[in-house]
Amino acid sequence: MTGFMLNGHPVASDTDPATPLLYVLREDFTLNGAKYGCGLGQCGACTVLLDDRPVFSCVTPLLAVAGRQVRTIEGLGTPEAPGPVQRAFIAEQAAQCGYCIPGMMLRAQALLERRASPSEADIRAALQPNLCRCGTHMRILRAVRRAAAGMAQAAVERPRVERPGVERQ
Amino acid sequence: MSAIRVPRRLVLSGGALLLGFRLARAAPAPIGDLAATPALDAWIRVGPDGSVTVLTGKVELGQGIKTALIQVSAEELDLPPARIALVTADTERTPNEGFTAGSHSMQDSGTAIRNAAAEVRAVLIGAAARGWGVTPQQLRTEAGQVIAPDGRSIGYGELAASVDLHQSAQPPFPLKPPAAYELVGRSLPRVDIPGKLTGQPSFVQDLRLPGMVHARVVRPPAYGGALLEVDADAAAGLPGVLKVVREGGFLGVIAAREFPAIQAMRALAATARWAPGHELPRPDAVGAFLQSAPAQDIVVLDRAAADRVPSQGRTLQARYSRPFLAHGAIGPSCAVARFDAPDRVTVWTHTQGVFPLRRALAEMLHLPDHNVHCIHLEGAGCYGQNGADDVAADAALLARAMPGRPVRLQWMREQEQYWEPYGPAMVAEARGTLDGTGRIAAWAFDVWSNVHTQRPGPAGVLLAAQSLDPPFVLPPPRPIPMPEGGGDRNSIPLYAFPAARVVYHFVPQMPVRVSALRSLGAHLNVFAIESFMDELAQEAGSDPVEFRLLHLDDPRARDVIRMAGARFGWSDRPKQSGRGFAFARYKNLGAYCAVALQVSIDPASGRIRVGRVVAAVDSGQAVNPDGIRNQVEGAIVQSMSWTLFEQVAFTPAKIVSRDWSSYPIARFDAVPDSVEVHVIDRAGAPFLGTGECGQGPAAAAIANAVADATGMRLRDMPLRLSDTKPRGERL
Repeated sequence: MTGFMLNGHPVASDTDPATPLLYVLREDFTLNGAKYGCGLGQCGACTVLLDDRPVFSCVTPLLAVAGRQVRTIEGLGTPEAPGPVQRAFIAEQAAQCGYCIPGMMLRAQALLERRASPSEADIRAALQPNLCRCGTHMRILRAVRRAAAGMAQAAVERPRVERPGVERQ
Repeated sequence: MSAIRVPRRLVLSGGALLLGFRLARAAPAPIGDLAATPALDAWIRVGPDGSVTVLTGKVELGQGIKTALIQVSAEELDLPPARIALVTADTERTPNEGFTAGSHSMQDSGTAIRNAAAEVRAVLIGAAARGWGVTPQQLRTEAGQVIAPDGRSIGYGELAASVDLHQSAQPPFPLKPPAAYELVGRSLPRVDIPGKLTGQPSFVQDLRLPGMVHARVVRPPAYGGALLEVDADAAAGLPGVLKVVREGGFLGVIAAREFPAIQAMRALAATARWAPGHELPRPDAVGAFLQSAPAQDIVVLDRAAADRVPSQGRTLQARYSRPFLAHGAIGPSCAVARFDAPDRVTVWTHTQGVFPLRRALAEMLHLPDHNVHCIHLEGAGCYGQNGADDVAADAALLARAMPGRPVRLQWMREQEQYWEPYGPAMVAEARGTLDGTGRIAAWAFDVWSNVHTQRPGPAGVLLAAQSLDPPFVLPPPRPIPMPEGGGDRNSIPLYAFPAARVVYHFVPQMPVRVSALRSLGAHLNVFAIESFMDELAQEAGSDPVEFRLLHLDDPRARDVIRMAGARFGWSDRPKQSGRGFAFARYKNLGAYCAVALQVSIDPASGRIRVGRVVAAVDSGQAVNPDGIRNQVEGAIVQSMSWTLFEQVAFTPAKIVSRDWSSYPIARFDAVPDSVEVHVIDRAGAPFLGTGECGQGPAAAAIANAVADATGMRLRDMPLRLSDTKPRGERL
C-alpha cells in the first residue's frame, strides 16, 4: 500500500509502486484532469502538483509520492465552484480542445503560490515545459495574468490561510 | 479586439425587404445539409416537457461548434440556450453530415439547423394558432412559449404532441431578421470549457465503462514492415495480461489495467521480428521527387491568354516549399470498442466522420453497416486526419477478440508521431510579369503535391486493415476537385490579374503516409502566392498593402486588408522594421483573413521571433465573435509553429520524428507578444468557414516580415536564417 495526500485527503493505493502516478490517478481514483500526452515528460499534459511543485505524473512513480501532497485540477474547484485559476481560464475562454489546459492551470497555480505578481517572463518560463497544439497560448497567458490579478486582490481582502502540512517557499 | 457590425443595408444588396419581422430574400438562401437530410425531426425534436434536442452530424474538435450550434438553434427557436440539449455525431441518432472538416460546420450544419429551427418554430406557432382559432401572424414566441395578443400562452412541450416534425423542411424558411438577433452575434461562453477545466469526463480518453479493459498495439519499425515472428507467450504470461491478439501482421495486447498493458506491449515488441519496410526518399530530395515523379496535371485556372505577356514586362520567378508536417495531437489517438454480440460492435471514437468510419469498420469486420455503431466523443485537437480512425479500427479488432468487454486503446506518443498520416510536403513555382505601370499583367503558378485526403470509407485506408491477412489494399489516391481542392486549395489567387494560369501537378506515388492537415494545400499555396506578391511589389516599388489593393476588386477582401493594416498601424511603420502582411480568402469561398505582424531577428543566432500580430477576419454573419477570434488566434499561432519550426524528420530507412524532442513545436518562449483579431460581422450574410482561414496568411506574413527586416527572402519552410546544415537532414 502506498499512502499519500490527494487533494487534501489521505488516500492509499495497492497498485505496483513502480507505476507512474498518472495511471494511478486516472484508474485508482478515476480522476480525469491529468492526461496522457507523451509518457516522456516532454509535453506537460500530465502535470500535477507534488508538495506544491509541478511534476510530470507520467514519469513520477507512485513510490515517489508516498507520504506527500498531490494536487490535481479536481482539487482546485468544481464546475459549480471553480477556483481562482479556473475562473480566470473560464473568463478568458482559454481553451480550444482543452486537453492541455489542466496541466497549464497547475503550472499557473504553482507559480502564483510562489510569486503573487509574476512578470510576463516569469509566466512564460513557468509554462515553458507544457505544450499546446491548438495555439491557445495567448489566451493561456492572459488567463494567468488575470488569475494573478484576482488572487492578489483576494489576498488583500482576506487573511492568508495556510494549508496544514505544506511547506511554502 | 472588437467585433464591428456592418449595417445590414450594406450587405443585402438587391433591394431585400423586411416583411413583418421576418426576412424575405430574393436569391435562394443556402440551406446547408438540410438538402441531404430534409426531415425536420432529424435535426430538432421537442419533448413533452418543452426540452429541445438538436442533432448535428458534425463534431466538436475544440473549435467551439457545440456552442455556436446551440446559439443558432436557440435564436431561431426563441429558447434559452440552456434548454437545448445538443447531440453530436452518432450513427444511430444524428444526420449523416460526412466529415467535420474544411471549415464546413457552420456552413453545412449551422445553416441546416438554423433553417430547421425556424421552421419548427413556425410549425409550433401554427399548432397554437389552430388551437386558438387565430392566424399565425398574430402570435409571437418567447422563451419556449407561443404567446397570443391577449396574453394567452402555451409552451412548446404542450404543443409538441399536436405537431408532427417528421416532415420535410419546406423553403422559404421564416428566418429571424438579423436585427432581431439576441444570441447570434454574441460571444456566449463555450459550453464545454467549465467541464474540461475542472476534470469532468470530457474526452474519449476519459470514458470508463463497466468491465473495461486496456489495450496497446505493436506496429512495425518502418512503413510496410511485415511481421515475421513474435513470441506471444512471453507477453501473455506477464501479470495482468488477459490476451495477446495476433491477426496477420496486426499485433496487440489486452490487460486489465493500463500500465500493465503498456509493459506487455513493450515485451511483445521486443520479441517481434519484422521484414524491412519500404525505402523513403532522401529527405533533402523530397521536392525533387515531387517535381519529377509521374503526375496528373490539372489545369485549375486558365484566364485569358497566360502567354499574353507585355513585351516590356519585367518577369520574376520563384520556388517555394514546405516539408511533411505532423498533426501532433497533444493527446494521442484513443478509442473504446465493445462487441455487444458476435456480429455487432459499438465504437466510441474521436473520428471526424462517424458514418464514413462506420463504413470502413464494417468492411474490415465483414459486418453490415448497421451492425457497427460509431459514437463520437471528443479527443485532443486533431487539425485534420490524425490517428483517430486508425485507433478505432485497432480497438475494434481487439474488442472482437474479447467479446462483451469494452476495450480502451490509446496510442503511445511514438505511435501517434510515426503512424499518423502527415500533412503532405509540397512545392510551388510562381512566375509573374509586371507591366509598365507596376501592375501584374500575367501570372503563372504550378504546385506539386501528394493527395490531401485518405480518409475512410474504404477499409483499405486503415492501418489495421492493411496489416490483416489477407490485407485490405489502400485505394488509389484521387485528387479533391476544385473549387475546394486539395493540393490546389487556394492555388488560384483572388487577385484580378488579366492573364493567369494555374496548374496542379497531382503526384499519386506516396513515399510517406499522408492525409488532411488543417487548410490542406492552402498553407503552402497562400504562403507562395502572398510571398510572391511581396516580391513583385518590391520589384514594382510599391507598398505591399497598396499593391494588394491595386489588384483586388472584391470589396470584402479590401475591407479586411484595410482593417488589418489600419489596426496594425501599417503606414506608420517604416520599411525594414520587420513588418509583414498577407491576405487570403480561404478556398476563395470561405472566410476572408488578413494578417499584419512584426518580427524581430536575434542578430547572434538568426532566430526569428514574431512580436505583435493583428488580423482582420470576415466570416459572414458572426455567430460567436469570440469563438471566431479563438479559432483565428489558434490558426495564426499554429501556423507560426509549422512555418518556423516544424518538419517530419526521416532517413531513407525510417521516420525519426518520434516525440516532441525529435519533432519540436513552438513553446511559450516562441509564441507572439500579442495576437489581436478583429471580426467584421456581416449581419445576415451566409456563414463562411473560419477554422482554417489564418494558416496561409500567417505563414506568408512571417516570411514577408523576415524579408522586410533582413532583405533575405526565405522560400522553404521551416523558415530559418541560421541554417548551418543542409535542409532535411536536421536529425
